[in-house]
Amino acid sequence: MSVVTLRPKAKPMPQAAKTVIDVKDLSLVFETNDGPVNALSNINLSVDGGEFVSFIGPSGCGKTTLLRVIADLEQPTSGSISVNGMTPSEARQKRAYGYVFQAAALYPWRTIGGNISLPLEVMGVPKAERKDRIARNLELVNLSGFEKKFPWQLSGGMQQRASIARALSFDPHLLLMDEPFGALDEIVRDHLNEELLKLWAKTQKTVVFVTHSIPEAVFLSTKIVVMSPRPGRIHEVIDCNLGSERTLDIRESPEFLEIAHRVREGLRHGHSYDQAHL
Amino acid sequence: MNFVRNSVIPVGTVLIGILALWYVFTVILNAPFERDQAARANTTISTSELIANTMRQERPVLPAPHQVAAEIRKTVFDISPTSKRSLVYHGWVTLSSTLLGFGLGTLLGILLAIAIVHSRTLDKSLMPWIITSQTVPILAIAPMIIVVLNAVNITGLLPKAMISTYLSFFPVAVGMVKGLRSPEIMYLDLMRTYNASKAQVFWKLRWPASMPYLFTSMKIAVAISLVGAIVGELPTGAVAGIGARLLAGSYYGQTVQIWAALIVAALMAAVLVSLIGLIATFVNRRMGARA
Repeated sequence: MSVVTLRPKAKPMPQAAKTVIDVKDLSLVFETNDGPVNALSNINLSVDGGEFVSFIGPSGCGKTTLLRVIADLEQPTSGSISVNGMTPSEARQKRAYGYVFQAAALYPWRTIGGNISLPLEVMGVPKAERKDRIARNLELVNLSGFEKKFPWQLSGGMQQRASIARALSFDPHLLLMDEPFGALDEIVRDHLNEELLKLWAKTQKTVVFVTHSIPEAVFLSTKIVVMSPRPGRIHEVIDCNLGSERTLDIRESPEFLEIAHRVREGLRHGHSYDQAHL
Repeated sequence: MNFVRNSVIPVGTVLIGILALWYVFTVILNAPFERDQAARANTTISTSELIANTMRQERPVLPAPHQVAAEIRKTVFDISPTSKRSLVYHGWVTLSSTLLGFGLGTLLGILLAIAIVHSRTLDKSLMPWIITSQTVPILAIAPMIIVVLNAVNITGLLPKAMISTYLSFFPVAVGMVKGLRSPEIMYLDLMRTYNASKAQVFWKLRWPASMPYLFTSMKIAVAISLVGAIVGELPTGAVAGIGARLLAGSYYGQTVQIWAALIVAALMAAVLVSLIGLIATFVNRRMGARA
């Protein structure tokens, strides 16, 4: 087993412009009882270090599947993919990424602190350092003081923040997030979007983010990958950089609305010859 | 106050109902004997006398509750526990083999469940045998176990405990297979993203997730362990234990003794099941269950 370096890198973003995720001609076919399903078809994509990339599209477009392929939770049928220059499997074994699920997926028998400690225990981090990291990451997601609470004692938004702290606790450079705020109401979601943006600016992580919300994608991302279904594929990649000092107010600005419009057009276009299925 | 309203009153009401019904049946079932006696002696017997007599027979068809209570008081409190006539002595004999059998059965059940959950082959090959084992009537197999183990010079506590084990491993195995498989896919995926080993997945996810299943199946297991121990005492020639008391009582028509032993066995089972329940509550609290 490899020893994980858990100390944060002293140099700020040594791999800043380096390609973190590189996907070439990737396809994935699920064999089901109703015949094969083309979940992903000819995906080409590259994500650079420090980027915030969103996958957006209707259900069935393969956005979650693509994220799971990056995380080595699904195996592609053909094509190639590298994560940090390695295969996804090697990257997973080196604990290269933190994964945030649609639900908080906190273990109910562990306290919030215990949940954040879980990956650290699995990775063999000594107790004193675990304590230190729990405190640090709880502070990062504004949950200091909730360490001893059990998950059910927290609101949905707080639980999801705790799960983000858990994903960050072992300091991976890459954060994979699968509709993390999909189950939350809009007020909480807006708030968490702002916090996530601050967190991203502070930690300089590379983030891959799956969503079905256009405003969320435009607000957060540096790059928006618009996907369409049957077969799941990339329809368009839209660059989107609204500057680093964003607040929620930016959603009223013309630049924001213009990009949101392009995303909406892309989604509609990717869907157009598919109307018969609706 | 809540305790009185939620527990004492409902349980007490049912208890009083059962006792009332019991007295009614005592009179009905024991009355023919009293009438026969009166007819044989060529006397008539008044109804009040008849009712009073039905509750103080030496060997009634159904002893009255107070007769059973008196027998329990005599054999539990008045007679020294070292005496062969003490229910404490017999109860302890049965309890010790119950606990040994239950402990071994729980351990065996857990080990089988772990093996089944981690191996597809064992899942396919072992599970049918586990289920088949419970379709054999225990009354048929208990004497075999005792005789076979006797032949290889294993006597005393262990053969009886084996029968308890035979009965109690089953609910634990079935419950724990379910429990160890209870974690959602997302919880398992999370462990995969950490590149956790199988042992880590087991100790940090499967085992804690299975706790509620474990205690539920242990409650069933401890109750049938007691049944197993009692059944195991029958073919040993009724030397000692609650089962021996039951058998001896039926040889000599000592119905009061039989009922006293039955009630004590039921109380023992109730205490054992509640003890498991207490431990479960304690563990659940430690594991963050809502109060």
